[in-house]
Amino acid sequence: MSNLMGIYQLLPKTNCKKCGKATCMAFAVDLLARKISIEDCPPLKEEKYLSGYEKLKELITPADNVTETGFLVHEDKCIGCGNCVVACPVNVVGDPEGTGSGRAPSNDKVILYIRDGIVRPVNIHECRRFGHNKTLCYACIDTCPTKAIEFV
Amino acid sequence: MDKGPFVCTGCALLCDDIAVELQDNRVTRVDTACRKGVSRMKGCVSPMPCTVDGKTVDENVAIREAARILKEARHPLVFGHGNSTLEAQQKAIELARKLGAHIDDTSSFCQGPLVEAILNNKIPTCTLDEVRHMADVIIFWGADPSHSHPRHLSMYSYFPRGKQRQRGWEEDRTAIIIDVRKSDTAVICGDKLYEIPVGADPDFMNALLNALSNKVPKTPFNMDPKRILELANILKKAEFGVVFAGLGMVYSLDSLDPLFSLMDKLNETSKFHLIPMVGQYNMRGFDHTLFRETGHINRVYFRGEEIEHGPQQSVIELISNDIIDAAMIIGSDPLASLPGPIAKKLAKIPLITIDPCENLTSRRSKVTIPSALSGVECDGTAIRMDGVEVVLKQIIETNKLTDEKIIARIMEEI
Repeated sequence: MSNLMGIYQLLPKTNCKKCGKATCMAFAVDLLARKISIEDCPPLKEEKYLSGYEKLKELITPADNVTETGFLVHEDKCIGCGNCVVACPVNVVGDPEGTGSGRAPSNDKVILYIRDGIVRPVNIHECRRFGHNKTLCYACIDTCPTKAIEFV
Repeated sequence: MDKGPFVCTGCALLCDDIAVELQDNRVTRVDTACRKGVSRMKGCVSPMPCTVDGKTVDENVAIREAARILKEARHPLVFGHGNSTLEAQQKAIELARKLGAHIDDTSSFCQGPLVEAILNNKIPTCTLDEVRHMADVIIFWGADPSHSHPRHLSMYSYFPRGKQRQRGWEEDRTAIIIDVRKSDTAVICGDKLYEIPVGADPDFMNALLNALSNKVPKTPFNMDPKRILELANILKKAEFGVVFAGLGMVYSLDSLDPLFSLMDKLNETSKFHLIPMVGQYNMRGFDHTLFRETGHINRVYFRGEEIEHGPQQSVIELISNDIIDAAMIIGSDPLASLPGPIAKKLAKIPLITIDPCENLTSRRSKVTIPSALSGVECDGTAIRMDGVEVVLKQIIETNKLTDEKIIARIMEEI
């Protein structure tokens, strides 16, 4: 799980502005939000910062599969236990007899389900983190034993 | 062919709500199962060939050779069974009886003592469905279900809404972890982790027993007595408690007496049950079947009409004392799971392996006979970790023989 200070510590911290940002901290903020990639920092590939580059490469996964709510699944970490599927309040309301009771989905109102051993998002506009009245719901993150889910 | 839902045979949870998609008689997609289940249901990465002395042969030749080895052996061993259906296990016991062989399974060095205590009514138990609907205090003792049984918490024990636990895990259930480390299960179960040193389970049981009797609990590893008293209070107030006993607990108990006293004490004030965290999908099934036939769950020697049972008949003792001179391994990989020196001894005697997939034992075996993957390529019945019988369905067609048929054919040859 990446955090802002963790990312900042791995950057050159020289505020060279070669990336177009005012400071390395500003770069770290955008990197965490996946607005830019680590390749946008030219000095990072220099030899003295190379260890930081390698670590950041592991830390910052590409945001290709990220949904509009920022929901990102690290597929290499997910074990398909289904804790998030069963604990998700939207799933419980939409499908109390199926996912809410620990079983397979019984209708298409669910927003998370397991396929091939990995959690997949669907109907993401129903997620509590979506839209004007969004709330900071943590049900799927808190219940994940391998920390495979992240909101970016 | 059946449309499903199917039963997953990845572990002893036997999840019965699995959907699959097929293409050219192969499972290409699995819904709802965890990663363990998916890899089991999609089949072997390296299927086991049918061989004698490393050369690929016809099934009939391999079966004849297996029969010859078993017939000529003076002390053959029939071992494994945890990944076979009840029907195959029944046949394996028949074979052992006919041969006058030693028979044992993985419960011999796994959850055997607990299953035996449950079958002899020494410990109260319940079903996983009761846990889902009623349990409010759940103890994981020396177990990390997030890794051993990934869907344990989500399907039955912690997260689902049940009939009497409508508000789910946040308000209606309390999970307690007693372990030697902060496992991944402990990470998601909040602050109720009781970290104890390795092998200190009996001491902790005694301390808990004292706390439940309103005495000051003392432990040799100086755990804060207040914390243990706090735990005792939670346990006393439980309406329906359940202890999931993992291998961590079983391995650190020399005798089950501290556990019996603790369970008795807990049941004085509240209702507590115990379910062993069985690993292989039908290990408990073998224990039930052998118990019904002989009165013992494992470690049996059919000596003519007599039945010998005891620690000296366990697979470990039999191998380390050089008693057995041939072994038939069904759906297990003892060369990988037994301690090094014992595995080396086992590798020296002629081995016959019956398994769908290649493993370390099969590579060192004299005879290998590939079988159908139960729950995918053949049907049958199995017993879940809580003792409930579950019917397995066939998903895809195969021309491989089932474990049951292979053992029956070997018996015919003998």
